[in-house]
Amino acid sequence: MATNPMHQFNVYRIGPQIKIDQVDISFTNASLFMIISCISILFIFNLGSSKRNIVPNKIQLLAELSYTFISKMINDTAGSKGKPYFGFIFSLFMFVLFCNMLGMLPYAFTVTSHIIVTFVLAAFIFIGVTVIGFIKHGLGYLKLFVPSGVPIVLLPLIVVIEIISYLSRPISLSVRLFANMMAGHTMMKVFGGFVISLGIVGGWLPLSFSVALTGLEILVAFLQAYVFAILTCIYLNDALNLHH
Amino acid sequence: MFRRFIFYYLILNFVLFTNVNSAESGGMPQLNPEFWISQIFWLTLSFGFLFIILSKFILPKISNNLELRKSQILENIETAEKQKKESENKIKEYETLILNSKNQARNYFNDARKKIQQDINKKREKLENEINEEINSAEKEIIDLKNKAPEKINNIAIETSADLIKHLIGEEMNNSSISAIVEDLARKNKDKYYGN
Repeated sequence: MATNPMHQFNVYRIGPQIKIDQVDISFTNASLFMIISCISILFIFNLGSSKRNIVPNKIQLLAELSYTFISKMINDTAGSKGKPYFGFIFSLFMFVLFCNMLGMLPYAFTVTSHIIVTFVLAAFIFIGVTVIGFIKHGLGYLKLFVPSGVPIVLLPLIVVIEIISYLSRPISLSVRLFANMMAGHTMMKVFGGFVISLGIVGGWLPLSFSVALTGLEILVAFLQAYVFAILTCIYLNDALNLHH
Repeated sequence: MFRRFIFYYLILNFVLFTNVNSAESGGMPQLNPEFWISQIFWLTLSFGFLFIILSKFILPKISNNLELRKSQILENIETAEKQKKESENKIKEYETLILNSKNQARNYFNDARKKIQQDINKKREKLENEINEEINSAEKEIIDLKNKAPEKINNIAIETSADLIKHLIGEEMNNSSISAIVEDLARKNKDKYYGN
């Protein structure tokens, strides 16, 4: 049913079913768009880094601006200690950004509108950050849950709250991206349906809404990728520089 | 008008969706775990591939490019500053050169003027000396003439008076008596004729 706004999020198999030990890892439309975004990222950045002009051309400028943008973001939030994780943050930001942006194309599938994808990314970040924290500070990393300058009476409560907020990080990180993407695309689909059903007489209003929403969604696509990356940086900062 | 349309549409959609959703096994396809493992697998694969290629091959190239540009710009700035200093030195040299040549030109001019002045002075002195000599000789001649003049006049007077007497009386007189008279008269009237 084309008018169902949730229909666009359906995952379906492309090609044959692939099974390893009863586990289905078939190639789907989601896999296709993951690979398309990876290939487009690699294509653009390979093109942008292959020429060594002193005065950069457009694509080189794009690559270098993205590089300095992410590098500055890491430096501002996690300091110089965050430099070894630059490659990961850069790939993460670009992957999320390209998945979001490719989802804005008509008939495209939005990879990041699936909770499982964002949750796997967020869980990986959460586990990685926790492991880094324990490697850098040992058991002293647990001091993260004990803020300094809190009255001793309140301390048990604060520690519990801190632990809950720490554990809810992967959920908030993944749900934020997933919900934004899903809501935006659903809304666009709903307004698109209005345009069809109201026809040439009344369809102009939802059409203009749809146009405005497209702009908003492109903004959201960038913003959510940025938020995802910068929150990763902040979590990394907690693990690298223990402030509490 | 629009509101009524939208309202009807929403009701229609609600009815349709409930039917469709019941047919499509629950509202959100995201919560259908059928392809979760597949998505995790392909996400790990593609993201891992992306991460490795980006951090091993592409990002070092970009950072190299940026470093190269930075160093080259710094170099260019350095050479530009060096050249600026050189050009400033050259300007200074040029100015001193111009100043020196001006001074030299002034000196040459002054020398030439002095020389010419000296030349003129020498020539003038020479000329003045010559003129003075000539004036002196002329004055001497005049004085000579002046001194000789009374004698000559006396002789002429004696001769003329002798001639006159000869004509008047017809007799020749003694020259010495005539000259005595003339000299006497001349001495008496000397102040009258040569009153200088």
